[in-house]
Amino acid sequence: MSPSVRLQEMIRVIRGARTQGEERGVIQRECAAIRAQFRQADNGTRSHNLAKLLYVHMLGYPAHFGQMECVRLIASPRYNEKRVGYLGAMMLLDEKQDASLLITNSIKNDLSHSSQYVQSLALCTLGCMGSAEMCRDLAPEIDRLLRASNSYIKKKAALCAVHIVRKVPELGELFTPASRSLLSEKNHGVLHGAVVLITELCERNPETLEQFRKAVPELVQIMKGLVMSGYSPEHNVAGISDPFLQVRILRLLRILGRNNETASDAVNDLLAQVATNTDSSKTAGSAVLYETVLTVMDIKSESGLRVLAVNILGRFLLNNDRNIRYISMTSLQKIVQTDHNAVQRHRGTIVDCLKDQDASVKRRALELSLALVSAVNIRSLMKELLLFLSSCPPELRAHTTSGIFNAAERYAPSQRWHIDTILHVLTTAGGDVRDETVPNLIQLITTATELHCYTVHKLYRALIADISVQSLVQVACWCIGEYGDLLLRGECEETEPVQVAEDDVLDALETVLQSHMSSPATRGFALTATMKLSTRITHNVDRIRSIVSIYGSCIDVELQQRAVEYNALFKKYDHMRYPALSTTALGPVSSTAGGDLLDLLGGLDVTPGETRSYHVTRPGKTLGPNYRLFMTFVSHSHPPQSVQLQMKAPSGDVIPAHGLGQVTQTVLLNNPNKVSLKMRVRVCYTSQDFVCQDTVQIDSFPSPAW
Amino acid sequence: MMYFLLLLSRQGKLRLQKWFTPVTEREKKVTREMTLMVLARPPHSCNFLLWRDLKIVYKRYASLYFCCGLEDQDNELLTLEVLQRYVELLDKYFGNVCELDIIFNFEKKAYFILDEFLVGGEILETSKTAVGIAMEEAETLQEVTHTQSLKCDTCPNISICFFCSLNRQWRSI
Repeated sequence: MSPSVRLQEMIRVIRGARTQGEERGVIQRECAAIRAQFRQADNGTRSHNLAKLLYVHMLGYPAHFGQMECVRLIASPRYNEKRVGYLGAMMLLDEKQDASLLITNSIKNDLSHSSQYVQSLALCTLGCMGSAEMCRDLAPEIDRLLRASNSYIKKKAALCAVHIVRKVPELGELFTPASRSLLSEKNHGVLHGAVVLITELCERNPETLEQFRKAVPELVQIMKGLVMSGYSPEHNVAGISDPFLQVRILRLLRILGRNNETASDAVNDLLAQVATNTDSSKTAGSAVLYETVLTVMDIKSESGLRVLAVNILGRFLLNNDRNIRYISMTSLQKIVQTDHNAVQRHRGTIVDCLKDQDASVKRRALELSLALVSAVNIRSLMKELLLFLSSCPPELRAHTTSGIFNAAERYAPSQRWHIDTILHVLTTAGGDVRDETVPNLIQLITTATELHCYTVHKLYRALIADISVQSLVQVACWCIGEYGDLLLRGECEETEPVQVAEDDVLDALETVLQSHMSSPATRGFALTATMKLSTRITHNVDRIRSIVSIYGSCIDVELQQRAVEYNALFKKYDHMRYPALSTTALGPVSSTAGGDLLDLLGGLDVTPGETRSYHVTRPGKTLGPNYRLFMTFVSHSHPPQSVQLQMKAPSGDVIPAHGLGQVTQTVLLNNPNKVSLKMRVRVCYTSQDFVCQDTVQIDSFPSPAW
Repeated sequence: MMYFLLLLSRQGKLRLQKWFTPVTEREKKVTREMTLMVLARPPHSCNFLLWRDLKIVYKRYASLYFCCGLEDQDNELLTLEVLQRYVELLDKYFGNVCELDIIFNFEKKAYFILDEFLVGGEILETSKTAVGIAMEEAETLQEVTHTQSLKCDTCPNISICFFCSLNRQWRSI
């Protein structure tokens, strides 16, 4: 058998491989040799081979056959073999492997070894990968080591205990007494471990938390010692004495002071001292200040101290270091709800951070800006957000648009501003908006009755400029279809007058219909809009008729169906065209009739009948001979295939006035698949010589009905 | 606590990986996505980013990226100091450490220095000098026990006597 190469030689060979295939070949050969060697009796090369295997594992190749070798090596009496064995255990034997339990006994023996370096190996391994069972077995040993050993072992035992408590929280009680006494140690490593352990114990057990509140004065003393101490070469980092320990103590004080007046009072002075004395020109000092600020904001501190903390964050915001700006915004985000006004004062700087080049900083600034929107600053802040949107990174666009929409909805100072804002967003980032934006915008436009003229002009201009953004095109088509007459009239109070000819409008719609960029849904909108215009224009009805008949043979089934229906509307039901296609909102009707008409469908009752039919009743108004009932399915582009609708003849043509009678029309809905349905019911009628219509939406049918 | 510490080359090759929480091989592969994010960052970027629900802190030293994943309560700025400290320890021990040193000495040195500095995702020792001392003593022990079997005067049991004291007289069997 060929002698296997030394570790470093093997690494060299692997690195020298020119292709992935060559590397795989080398590794396969080596692994075969290693496996063979593992099977042999001990020949002094085991640790070597395991080390090679660990390198191969790090490159991403399978190494599970080394697990048992780790177990054997850990049990070896030789230190170097133990060392590699334990390293292998930490890399290959996580707690999910069955073989990990086999090392429990070895660890137990090694924990009592006479050499502290062997003890340390065992402690380190247990602290990194010990399973819950192993922890339960060995916890008493760890407790013993916490009490009676040298500093080197004590600090390792402390972190091992931390791991044990994380795995098996009930064992926390075992370690509580020992950890208390560890606070009087002078060695920083032990002290640090003790603080981490106490933090872990307090986080998991409220009773332990109560107990350790008594330790607050002691912790304050230790902290003061660190802050006021002179230069210590061993622990100094950029002028701060042991920032690692300082940060952990601050974190523990935060947990102890939370929701507790006494503990919070005891640390107020200390926090003020740290906040003012810590030099934050380097990262170490900033880290300590950062933790101090988090502690101040989380406990019941004095208001003066809170102000100081927010000011520190404000100073951080102006720091050149991006990391400092980032954590400043993260902290401000945490307190923006509770200390809203304090954070508002820094709005200007936060908004400036929107322009930073860095993606992380931008994200934080966006979150914070959205949280700072209020009725007072909506106009100016929205300008900044829209500016941000035009240059923001693609991964943030969807979040930005939805944030802008939410803010606009809550704080819009006027409807016109609201519509303008949404249109701006659609023009800039219409591809990244949510699906419900289109119906929401349509709803908004419908209710803003005074702005119909303005809106349709604006949307028309947007449409002829660019038809690539589907959401914008859909809304524009709908609007033109609905308010085309206003567009053609030419005058508008809010914008400059511009002459739009009927042909221009139809050209625009036809372009949308024919463009490759238009999605099927968009085409549907455009076709419907074209059809609707037939009742709003005077000269080009034939052109519309021809467009519609062309699409009657369109490949797209949905479009074809629509076109065929519209064709039918032209041919057979021409007398119904006007009522069917007139304005959705209550249109040009005289004021006296307006109020009465609103009642028309107000009392829409939907009751299940025996044969699964619904009786729709309307309390009395005079209906002329042009009464028609339309029922359409909502939020489906076409009715679900399984559902069938059958309309019976109404019981009468005329509803007597003043509630003296009613007309009933039965509609049968067959819904064998029990699909949940929403329906829109539209009633068209004439009343006192006016052609009118009303719409009502049924969002749910009584469930036992199906 | 720190969930993991990874050392990556510019091309994304792992030079050292330490997981402080049990993770399957498949999950480890998922972190590839995170490493690509880190490697794509322009210079002078913010050193913090969010990936899934973890805070990622990374720092580039020469040709190596040091990445670690943190819990929500962990202090990111302090973690930058932790990474700095680890690099300083490596530097002191190797003498001007470079990526190759770490590759060729991963098993003897890079991991052992790490294990004297971090345990279970938390800092073990905050003193700059204490880690160095522990490393040296452990190294001496390693060399002493590497090739020869040694027995000291007082201990009858071979398996204990290798280690019972560094100050004892060693005699060969």
